[in-house]
This record gives sequence, structure tokens and C-alpha cells, in this order.
Amino acid sequence: MAFELNGKTYETDEEGYLVNLSDWNEDVAKYLAQQEGVNLTDAHWEVINFLRDYYNEFQIAPAVRVLTKAIGKKLGPEKGNSQYLYELFPYGPAKQACKIAGLPKPTGCV
Amino acid sequence: MADLEFQIPKYREYPEVPALQPGAMAHSRPHVASEKIQEALGFQGKLDDDWQATHDKAIAKFGELLGKYRSLKVFMDACVHCGSCTDKCHYFIGTSDPKNMPVARQELMRSVYRRYFTLAGKLFPGLVGAKDLTRELLDEWYSYFWQCSECRRCSVFCPYGIDTAEVTMAARHILDTVGYGQKYSNEIIGKVFKIGNNLGLPGPALEDTLQGLEEDVKEDTGVDVKYPLDAQGAEVLLVTPSADFFAEPHIESLIGYGKVFHAAGISWTFSSYASEAGNFGLFDGSYETMRKVALRIRQAALELGVKRIVVGECGHAWRVAYAFWNTLNGIGAGANDPFAIELQKQLDPRYPQPSHICEFTWDLIQQGRLKFDKEANDHRVITFHDSCNVARASRMGGYPGGQFDIPRNIIKAVANNFVEMAPETIREVTFCCGGGGGILTDELIEARVKGAFPRMEALQQVVEKHGVNFMATICAICKAQFTKVLPYYGFNMRLVGGVHQLVSTAIRLGNEH
Repeated sequence: MAFELNGKTYETDEEGYLVNLSDWNEDVAKYLAQQEGVNLTDAHWEVINFLRDYYNEFQIAPAVRVLTKAIGKKLGPEKGNSQYLYELFPYGPAKQACKIAGLPKPTGCV
Repeated sequence: MADLEFQIPKYREYPEVPALQPGAMAHSRPHVASEKIQEALGFQGKLDDDWQATHDKAIAKFGELLGKYRSLKVFMDACVHCGSCTDKCHYFIGTSDPKNMPVARQELMRSVYRRYFTLAGKLFPGLVGAKDLTRELLDEWYSYFWQCSECRRCSVFCPYGIDTAEVTMAARHILDTVGYGQKYSNEIIGKVFKIGNNLGLPGPALEDTLQGLEEDVKEDTGVDVKYPLDAQGAEVLLVTPSADFFAEPHIESLIGYGKVFHAAGISWTFSSYASEAGNFGLFDGSYETMRKVALRIRQAALELGVKRIVVGECGHAWRVAYAFWNTLNGIGAGANDPFAIELQKQLDPRYPQPSHICEFTWDLIQQGRLKFDKEANDHRVITFHDSCNVARASRMGGYPGGQFDIPRNIIKAVANNFVEMAPETIREVTFCCGGGGGILTDELIEARVKGAFPRMEALQQVVEKHGVNFMATICAICKAQFTKVLPYYGFNMRLVGGVHQLVSTAIRLGNEH
């Protein structure tokens, strides 16, 4: 599967995750978010940027707890919980936020 | 991804058999594994372009499995279509699709068996309901054998003791062999081969996560509880589903495991090489796959020099560990071949090998080595969901029914408010969460939501009657599945959690031991 954006073709898997992680850019993120019905705000970008930084270091998305802690540190303790993340990414912070951040889907019993 | 449009079943006043809706779930099929995923497991990459080639390979594999597993042949022959199993399947109850009656789902395979492997079927196929294997029929296998969670509830009611899960496994194994594998399960097995766990968490990520947990627990309790990784010479190797490192609420139980070891003063470790308890090789019954996954745990145990092996809260893991590890990786007692003896020499014979984390904790409680502030759980009204593989395919505590009693005993030792769901939905006749056996993937959400219906119905009753606000379970799949499907039935996703999450809340971390 694939989609076209600004004259370039981007390959995705059956579930809409980017196949080539290096294809990602901010426009791609906006497009993927739109497909998910998510309107990207600064708060979303905080999460996306953290996910990408973490992935670059560890080659995997962070545990939900690691993510909530990092967001709490950055944006205040009232936002350091998974409920806040679900408000931003209703289909689940792990899967939906990873998709928009251009990371592979977390697999397993999650 | 917008959720699919489908109807959520309505709660019933009485548990009536639903009116049949033929073909209601014929559209349900998981994503097919890519060539790359298939080949990493040693399976053919994709279906042959030539149907005859696929047909011949499928029948040949079927014949091979019948020769190898006498049980499969018995299960193919023994069914008399009595109908006992028909209304016992959560997918049938939730979807009303008659092909989700276990007998009908198996008939997809049995009809082929009769055609190719029985005299009557070879000579008079029409008289005995024997069918040629066609592409359409193979597609039906793919659709309906991925609407079975191998939970074996129907088997409990089968007068011939037919193990339905084994039939599903054989069908999936044939599908895998001809290049028609399921993406979700096979991609995950590939990650275990390559990285060591279902999530693909590399060692440094595990280390970072565990370090973060140590900080959190210190902040919460003021106590330095350790979550060691690759600690040489530890007494216990704890093998747990990798979701415990990653997901909510799973990680709350993992925090609890560490507190138990701390309070009991027993040295322990995780392994970055064997960082997965779950064994998805079970889902297609492929012995080679199961063995390869299980051997990682053997290697880690030998390298770390541990004396005990404990398995975390994971249903399929415990079935494989309890029932198959003795031959798969030599963890167990009694065998006298060199492969088994090597580990038996190392492991402490005073303890069951492997032990379930619930056996481990309950043993400590009985010895008086753990103390609890039960009132710390007073904000919870708790019920317990028996996970199918633990309930129907294993034991704990070395006696029949221990697998039901021990998790409940722990809950009652750490909390004051416990109630049971309806008796026809717990213990050996428990209903599957709807996500087991390789069904826990987003594209099967309709089957998952509908399959969860009988459990949701039973839960609704205790929520209404007793104000239950916590359903404890000891399986990573159950936890992930319920977190996802509870909201479809109007419940809070946080209503599900682990038994060791409750332990974690109430345990005293001082110097009691």
C-alpha cells in the first residue's frame, strides 16, 4: 500500500504504518494524523518528538510508562498520565502515536 | 484508524443460543504475512501461483500431521456431531455465525480429511460429506481458524474429549506451510528469533525501562526495590511476557513481582536474551518454532547459573512452560537424558521447575514471609477472570484445581473485597477474553469485541450487583484485550489489571522477613 503527498509516493503496510522509517517528515506526520482523524497541536508534537528521539536511541518505542513520565516532566504532572495521552491519541498512545511519528507498530500482547 | 462499523451484542436476560446468521463473519480475516516474515520462520513465503501445487502441499502436510500426531487423527475420526460444543464458543455466542460453532469450524477441516484420508470419502464423497480442497475452502480455513482462540472451552463439554485447539493448530500449520501465514503471529515470532521478545525490545531499552521503574518505586515507597537484568548467579530467573515491560496495566504487575522478591529477600533477575515468556509457536502448534523460542530460556538459565525458573503472568507461556518445557528445553524434572540432566543438576529440586509467579508468591505467603496492608486495596471491589490456557491446560501447586485456587488465595490475602462472577463463566468453564491464540490484532477487532461478549455479560452482572471495579487476571493477552474492548461495552479500560498489581498495592517492603 502507498499514499502520495507533494508528488512523492510513500509506501505503507496494510495498517498504514510507514514501511521506510526514513521517509518520515512533518508533512507526512500531518497527513497520517489527518487519516487518523487527529488534529496535531503542540501537545501532540511533544509526544511525537519524544517518541522519535527515544526510537533513535533504543530502536523501539518507549514503554507507555516511560512516555507518560517524560511528558509529565516536560508539561507538568497533571499531564503525566495515560489518560492525557489517550485524549491526544484516542486509539492508544502506543499504536496511534507511533504511526503518526513514523515508527513501526508495537507488536505482542499490547 | 477509525473503528469498523459493527453491532455490539446486547446483554441477554437468559443465556439463550443466538439466532443463526449464516456468513455473518465470513469477511473476517487477518492480514497475511509477507514473504519476509514467512521465510524468517522457515515457511514458504507466499502461496504458489499454481493452485494444484498449493493443494498438493496442503494435503501432503495434512497427511504428515496425521501420521505424526495420533491425536489429530482421533479428533478427525471421533466427532459424532452431537452438538454439545455448539453454544459453548464465545465467538459463536458473540457473532451468531454458525461456522463459529466449534463442530462446524472443524468440519471445514474434517470434510477434507474424509475426502483424502478415508476410504468412504475417496469412493463416495457425496455420501459422507467429503469435500475437495479448493482455493475457496482454504480461504474459509484462513477466515474461521483465525476466529478460534484455542481456548478449549468447547473441549470441556465434548463427550469424546476432542481437543479443538489442536485441530485449529493443525489447520494453521498447514496454512503456514503453503505460504498463507498470519502476519500478527508470525511477525512476532520473527522478533523473538531475532531480538528475544514479542515486542522487539533490545537489551538497552529493557535496561532503561527497568531503571525508570526503580526510580518510580523509590519515589512511591522510599524503598530501593531492584529490577535486575542479566544478574549472574541470581537464584531466580524470572521470564515474563514482554508486554509487562511495555504496556499498561501489565507493568503494574511487573512492579509487583519485584516487590515480592525484595520483601522475601530472594535474589532474582530478568534476562535480556530470554526476555519473553509467551510462546506464539503454540498458535500453529509448530514444534520447531515452539522449541526455538523455548531454547532461549534454557540458554539464559545455563548462562546465568540460576537455581529456579519462575514464569510471570502469561497464559500461553504457562501452558507451554507447564506442559511442554520438559521436552522442549529440559526445564522440568524426571527425565534422564543428558539434555534434561544438565539443567536438573543446576536447578533446585525442592521447588517445582518451572514455577508460576502465583505459586511462588503464594508459597511465600503461606510461609509468613510476606506481609500486607490489605486495606490499601479497599478502594477496589475485585473479581477474577480465569485465563483459558492456565485454567484448562495447566495446574499450579501440584494438585488439580490449584490453578484456580492459588490466584484467588493471593487476591484474598492482599485485599478485602473479592466476589466471583457467575459459576458457568469461571474456573474450568471460563470464557476466553476474546483475544487469545493469535486473535489480538487490530484488524480482527470485530471478532475480538464480539468474542468478549460472554465475559462482558458476566462482568456486567457483578458490576451491577457488587460494584466490581477491578477484574484481575494473569495473562498479558487478557490484559491487552480487555483494555481495548471494555470501552465498547461502556466500561472503563482501567477496570482490568493483574494479580500482582494488587500484591504491589498492599505489600509491606520493610524488614518483616
